[in-house]
Amino acid sequence: MDFLHRHRRLIPYLLLAPGLAWLAVFFLVPTYYLANTSLQTGSLDVGYALTWAWENYSDAISTYHEQFVRSILYAGIATVAALLVSYPLAYFVAFRGGRWKGLLLLLIIAPFFVTYLIRTLAWQTILSDDGYVVDVLQTVGVLGDGDRLLATSTAVVAGITYNFLPFMALPLYVSLEQIDGRLIEAAEDLYSSKVQAFLRVTLPLSLPGVFAGTLLTFIPAAGDFINAELLGTPRQSMIGNVIQSKFLVLTDYGQAAALSFVLMAAILVLIVVYTRALGTERMGV
Amino acid sequence: MTRPLTRRELLERATLGGAVLTIPGFLAACGGGGIEGSGTTTAATAGGAKTLADKLVMSNWTLYIDIDEKTKTYPTLEQFTEQTGVDVQYIEDVNDNDEWFGKNQAALSKKQSVGRDITVLTDWMAGRMVRLGYAQKLDKSVIPNASNLVDTLASPSFDPNREYTLPWQSGLTGIGFDPEKTGEITSVSQLLDDPKLKGRVTFLTEMPSTMNLMMQLDGAETTKVDKTDFEKSIARLQKAVDSGQIRQFTGNDYSGMLAKGDIWAAIAWSGDMVQLKLDKPSLQFVIPDEGGDIWTDNMLIPTGGDVFTASTFMNFVYDPTVAAQIEAYVNYICPVEGAKEEIAKIDQSLASNPLIFPDAATLDKVKVFDAAAADDPELKAMFQKVIGA
Repeated sequence: MDFLHRHRRLIPYLLLAPGLAWLAVFFLVPTYYLANTSLQTGSLDVGYALTWAWENYSDAISTYHEQFVRSILYAGIATVAALLVSYPLAYFVAFRGGRWKGLLLLLIIAPFFVTYLIRTLAWQTILSDDGYVVDVLQTVGVLGDGDRLLATSTAVVAGITYNFLPFMALPLYVSLEQIDGRLIEAAEDLYSSKVQAFLRVTLPLSLPGVFAGTLLTFIPAAGDFINAELLGTPRQSMIGNVIQSKFLVLTDYGQAAALSFVLMAAILVLIVVYTRALGTERMGV
Repeated sequence: MTRPLTRRELLERATLGGAVLTIPGFLAACGGGGIEGSGTTTAATAGGAKTLADKLVMSNWTLYIDIDEKTKTYPTLEQFTEQTGVDVQYIEDVNDNDEWFGKNQAALSKKQSVGRDITVLTDWMAGRMVRLGYAQKLDKSVIPNASNLVDTLASPSFDPNREYTLPWQSGLTGIGFDPEKTGEITSVSQLLDDPKLKGRVTFLTEMPSTMNLMMQLDGAETTKVDKTDFEKSIARLQKAVDSGQIRQFTGNDYSGMLAKGDIWAAIAWSGDMVQLKLDKPSLQFVIPDEGGDIWTDNMLIPTGGDVFTASTFMNFVYDPTVAAQIEAYVNYICPVEGAKEEIAKIDQSLASNPLIFPDAATLDKVKVFDAAAADDPELKAMFQKVIGA
């Protein structure tokens, strides 16, 4: 105790130590190895060596910019779609769930009890050419007679949206649930309509949830490859597919690591821009 | 091969919910008996110990050995234990050659044990293991039954004298199709060019399987691959992708799509088709007129495995009676001479199934794809580009 009294300024650092150690072991060290690998060249037969191969980066961008753009685009659309679906869902659970709240929340995360791969494969059945979804869409004329859903961009985006939906819904629920109902009552007492009360009180107060949810959805979605692989064609392949193939199939570890870094950097830049735009400081995030 | 499931019960599940296929890192989580290896390697004595270890650790693909569904035990392995006193820890953790290698490469490259006495890998990956010195020589002195190996598989290019590997199962790659929708199919060119099949066709992500058929269609030699020939066939494949003729490249998830009718024709594996036909007898499997593909999954002893014990086990499964027992469950192509006669005693219909015991005419039409080409980085990169990765 004496030591701590004399070195009071150390206390915050000591308290931070477990977290920092965690970051170091599970983030900094792997990142270092990834960075190192990204500058290596070689092959299985001759071995891999650090050759400061910066061309891994330039090649990565020039050869695969199409897949990068597609990944960001698909992840972006899926994030917006997940938000549009999740918001009413979370709103309903938070404000109208009553005693069913627990059960409804469980239902939202229920898909997680099934393996990711199997969940995605189920969409092969849902969107099947002879399935109900395609049937209905063809009847109402959204799809032409010969058109299909499976193995299209729509299928890939739908799969991503579905798979990451709980990551959006749960933070939204948490932020909506915390809203003090009296604030909304107060707004209505002051003659605001339901819509105004929602737009001026509920929505702004739920923004931290929107912020957290979009990040939790967008980041993993941008690196996803399962949905493109199972629900898309080669023309829907995302950057995750390329990285996967470079690491495992082609054992081109250098370029695979470089691609991973570029993806990480791209996401980081987008997040910084997004954070600035949303002004999260005010929301205490 | 990306070909884990396809035993009957899984396929039934597949038609309901979608087939299980392998995506590196994911199937590991849902493979039925996927007990992850404890890593307890049996005495890693690489040089000539002639005593049996207490335990044999074997890695194999899912649904690749007979299992008693009621007791969840493996009859073949229990018989081996009875005979030799060696316990077998059987682990179904090979879902994909590349994934398996990716997981074990770090240890292998440092000459460390991967905790397995036997691992089963497809030709080109077995070839890579031999080439890189990651596989140990078999102790042929305790495998007299190796003489039962069928002639066609006796000397592959990657292991001409079978010093390091012995086949576990083989399979054919050909065309699976639904004749009610497509009419008769005899050539891969129909899959590539017939406008009626546009968007209704899948090819395999497994390069040797797909390219063996594509190159033979162009009349090229595939047991020794020439780069220009390969490029020519790649261009033709790319054209079919760009035009939307080829819908997808798949692992064995084509089987669910074929059963449901989303696709009408696919480059397919014989073992899958045996199972598919049980549910939908109208489906057909043919070896294309221009030529088909035969591949083999091979047993080998990775660094650190107990050679004597592993070799003893290989001898055991090369006994035609044992081989027949395994084959009656697995339904791929048995590499053991004499198993056909033995299997007839179990089930005559299996012995006369041309997909399990192909006739000479069929075997004449199939080729083993050049294992070196199958693991050539440049050729692989070309193929990966076509399949979108």
